[in-house]
Amino acid sequence: MAQMTMIQAVTSALDNELARDSNVLLFGEDVGQSGGVFRATDGLQKKYGDQRVFDTPLAESGIAGLATGLALQGFRPIAEIQFFGFVFEAMDEIAGQAARMRFRSGGRYTSPIVYRAPFGGGVKTPEMHADSLEGLLMQTPGLKVVIPSNPYDAKGLLISAIRDNDPVFFLEHMKLYRSMRVEVPEEAYTLPLGKAAVVRPGKDLTVIAYGAMVHTALKAADQWSKQKGVEAEIIDLRTISPIDIETIVESIKKTHRAVVLQEAQRTAGAGAEIVAQINEHAIYHLEGPVKRITAPDTIYPFAQIEEEWLPSTERVLTGFEAALAL
Amino acid sequence: MLQILDVDGHVVNEEQLPKLSHEELRAMMRKMVFTRIWDQRAIKLTRQGRLGFYAPVAGQEASMIGSEAATLKEDFLLPSYRDVPQAVWHGWPMYQAFLYSRGHVHGGQMPEGVNVLMPQIIIGAQIVQAAGVALAFKLRRENRVAITYIGDGGTSQGDFYEGINFAGAYQAPAVFIIQNNQFAISVPVHLQTAAETLAQKAAAAGIPSERVDGMDVLAVYSATKRAVERARAGEGPTLIESMTFRFGPHTMSGDDPTRYRSKELEEAWQKRDPLVRFRSYLEGQNLWSQADEEAVIEEAKTAVNEALAKADAQPKMTVPELIDAMFEQLPDDLRAQRAEFVK
Ligand SMILES: Cc1ncc(C[n+]2csc(CCOP(=O)(O)OP(=O)(O)O)c2C)c(N)n1
Repeated sequence: MAQMTMIQAVTSALDNELARDSNVLLFGEDVGQSGGVFRATDGLQKKYGDQRVFDTPLAESGIAGLATGLALQGFRPIAEIQFFGFVFEAMDEIAGQAARMRFRSGGRYTSPIVYRAPFGGGVKTPEMHADSLEGLLMQTPGLKVVIPSNPYDAKGLLISAIRDNDPVFFLEHMKLYRSMRVEVPEEAYTLPLGKAAVVRPGKDLTVIAYGAMVHTALKAADQWSKQKGVEAEIIDLRTISPIDIETIVESIKKTHRAVVLQEAQRTAGAGAEIVAQINEHAIYHLEGPVKRITAPDTIYPFAQIEEEWLPSTERVLTGFEAALAL
Repeated sequence: MLQILDVDGHVVNEEQLPKLSHEELRAMMRKMVFTRIWDQRAIKLTRQGRLGFYAPVAGQEASMIGSEAATLKEDFLLPSYRDVPQAVWHGWPMYQAFLYSRGHVHGGQMPEGVNVLMPQIIIGAQIVQAAGVALAFKLRRENRVAITYIGDGGTSQGDFYEGINFAGAYQAPAVFIIQNNQFAISVPVHLQTAAETLAQKAAAAGIPSERVDGMDVLAVYSATKRAVERARAGEGPTLIESMTFRFGPHTMSGDDPTRYRSKELEEAWQKRDPLVRFRSYLEGQNLWSQADEEAVIEEAKTAVNEALAKADAQPKMTVPELIDAMFEQLPDDLRAQRAEFVK
């Protein structure tokens, strides 16, 4: 088995699916000739031709609309939004159009589209490149939202997303692109959408996280265990819409305490939704309120103070302690 | 395509030659040389991690400086991420441009009397906003103009069409400048559009347009001057397409132009270097010397060092400062979040 970074795992998934299904098309800004600003599509135009892997004009609304139209005619488009911060441009075509197509045609037409976008903080990008806007997508009925935390999951989830018959937004955290290499099969495999993974078992506190924050949570949990002998159980959501509440409830039945950790600003995001669902499904198993550990409600502070703004291991540990004391 | 100086610096269009004083001509050369040196320094500083985000400008000096020079200080400039030189020549202190590149909130805090918006990162947003700024001038009967810039790729955005159309519908005093540097990151113009020129996109908005040699500072100046005067006279917006080239990478964040541009193409454009052309012209008129050139180079190096020192002296931004920048009055919830960051 090959060792792959997350970006290589993404490329490998795209490669497998382009090979498997001639209806799969891949397009976006700079994805063709240049192979993408992060090289996610490197070599794919050469391999599959510029009819299947191509550069688009610079217009996100156009990219997303093109995907909707191609999907109407039976293609399975993979549309890249160069950075997630540019999703605002494409929002009508995603939320207002593609996600409503199944309803609008009574199921006659669907939107088997994958929108891919890099996002996330800690890599010193300019303004509007790092923002965690996934909350906007969670508010879109009819759309699934996937955020992998490692190369293996990224490949399996991306292939599932491509094979899914409804639109899926697939978010790739830039900090994870090249931060680790793990064993990833060259051949295609799938991981179920909507299913979380317990990435660290523990009996004292349930920690729900996704994306890069999974790794911050793991670091904090290991420190906590060493210093205090307290064991956090960490759930990597992997899909944030829909949320795998079953796995969360199972864990809370054991730990009776929970925190939600997200890189996004506090209000109305994944964390808020998770807390609401815990409230509905597990409140009698809890011994204290569920705490949110998040960034503050501001715009993303490009570059200079991102390290202070993002939940750090230290702030996460403080949050763990607080949740246990409540 | 309007050209006044050919590649060797000979006047090929006497009729259009702008009536500029010797001092004004020398000032334009000074700004171009200064900007080239500053660009080289900024690239180095970015590589060393001393500046944040930076989009190189070499090759586009005539396009940038010729157009800005045709505006007045009271005209309002809406730059994109690459248009830092115009913003600085329009009054944005250089040290603040450096702070902006690092993401410091003080970077975009324009001093009183400086009519510039922090550079736009979202491609096309400045175009619709320029229509709004221009309409404001019209509504208040102020004799001012909104001037904004976009790249060739940016003209594919819906916002581009919407902005020029709105400005046309309101006959608002706006000047839209497309710097056609042939590539949008890696994508060449012929993949952006089937339109033969980008200037012709003005036809759909019903506004006049002009295509100029963007490596000829006098041509850019002359076309922009005409557009600005037309706007000031209440005759509505103009679109200008300036044909240029960026010699360097797209930004300093890992772009490799050899993946999408041939050496031959790069060399062909290098031969049209706007500095070389204007220098030959001025030397022919005995308006520029080696000593002038060296003096500007020194001046630019000193100015960049001073601006950098001033930027470095600015205290690092804090999260509470960022929170304070969100509202006129902080909501209680945000006040509570702020408290978590005050040690
Ligand atoms: C809405 C939006 N989409 C995509 C980008 C990413 N991006 C930044 S610059 C660029 C290419 C711009 O090319 P062009 O408009 O020709 O201007 P140039 O950079 O060449 O000056 C792209 C795709 C962005 N900043 N904003």
